[in-house]
Amino acid sequence: MIEIDARGLSCPMPVVKTQQVINKNPGLEISVLVNDLVAKENVSRLAESRKYAVKSEEMEDGFRLILKPNKPK
Amino acid sequence: MRKELSVILITGTFIGIAAVVLVLLGNLPNMGFCIACFERDITGALGLSDFRDFAWIRPEIIGILLGAFLAAFFTKEFHSEGGSSPITRFLLGMFVMIGALAFLGCPLRMILRMGGGDLNAVVGLIGFTVGIAVGVMFLKKGFVLGRTQKQPELESSVMPVIMVGLLMLLIFLPVFKASGPIFVAGKGHVGADGTSVSQNIGIIISLGIGLLVGILAQRSRLCLAGGIRDIILIRNGVLMSGFIAILLFTLVCNIILGNFHLGFENQPIAHSAHLWNFLGMTLVGLGSTFLGGCPLRQLVLAGNGNTDSALTILGMFAGAAFAHNFGLVKAASIYGKGAVIIGLIVILIIGYINREKSNAQ
Repeated sequence: MIEIDARGLSCPMPVVKTQQVINKNPGLEISVLVNDLVAKENVSRLAESRKYAVKSEEMEDGFRLILKPNKPK
Repeated sequence: MRKELSVILITGTFIGIAAVVLVLLGNLPNMGFCIACFERDITGALGLSDFRDFAWIRPEIIGILLGAFLAAFFTKEFHSEGGSSPITRFLLGMFVMIGALAFLGCPLRMILRMGGGDLNAVVGLIGFTVGIAVGVMFLKKGFVLGRTQKQPELESSVMPVIMVGLLMLLIFLPVFKASGPIFVAGKGHVGADGTSVSQNIGIIISLGIGLLVGILAQRSRLCLAGGIRDIILIRNGVLMSGFIAILLFTLVCNIILGNFHLGFENQPIAHSAHLWNFLGMTLVGLGSTFLGGCPLRQLVLAGNGNTDSALTILGMFAGAAFAHNFGLVKAASIYGKGAVIIGLIVILIIGYINREKSNAQ
């Protein structure tokens, strides 16, 4: 699992970083750390559009989003 | 996902219609809202700039920030945060304002002008898109402005309190020196039929509409730079649909009211120096992408407790004062043109220098 620490990064960096990791590592599970709700919404929206299932865990200073690629077929 | 889309569409619809209503009530044509021009008007009212033609402490600006604050506060999204390259952001704010005043509008006004048939705004839109595209290139190369951190609670309350202070100045209009502030323009709140709208009613309505826009913009995360950016970056049209709703409803209302005039010439509060409309908005698009949001979004973020956005707004005030005092507006003078070019160069340098050191990814 690859972890991305996007905490405290300005919009749209969390999305940019997640997208770059998805492009370089298709099919791998990814964990993204974000601070705020807007970043969580944006990253989730990106993940869903790239056919990843999103699970979100609340943390002390934000959220951990676990992105699991949907198995094809 | 569908709820997200419907909140954005409601927001866009409301802003589109409210913009036309505000013009009917006395705002200048195709300027129901203009974050840049209104912040400039505030600098005029406070005497920070020597441009007093539209001097007025704009209740719309106060309303948007306080509306966003209320929405954030009651949904527990208000967090005191900041510390991400604050002075660079102040500078970026100044340049975004200089670019907007070269074009004579912020991104929101750009859409409203398009809804009024102003083709000069289409030129601006192309520049805006180019600026965002260049900004996105830098983002992909790892451009960062430092991580935002938690700030003491007091920090985030300063901007909302400043806005309340401005509101008090607006309501009581004290005069501090014989010739001094608070300045009020001769025109500005005259009704569409030429009669004077009572200043009190004008303030209440503008403030109320601003509050509603602030609440809706906060809930929907509306951002005009973000709308284009998301299409370029992730091929997602959700934010853009808000943009389109504003355009559509402004267009329809203007056509119904007979306020739609298609063309380049004789457009209200506009000019046809195409190159400078283009470059001015390129500056706005590039700056907004680095700042993480367009001028409207900065107001909302400041209401959310983001002190960097608060500083960006103060940078925009400073930029407005600077732009008028130094004759940079409309890029009419050589200094105005130079300021836009310098802004573009400086922001590109900022973009180049602020790449993340670890580019291993």
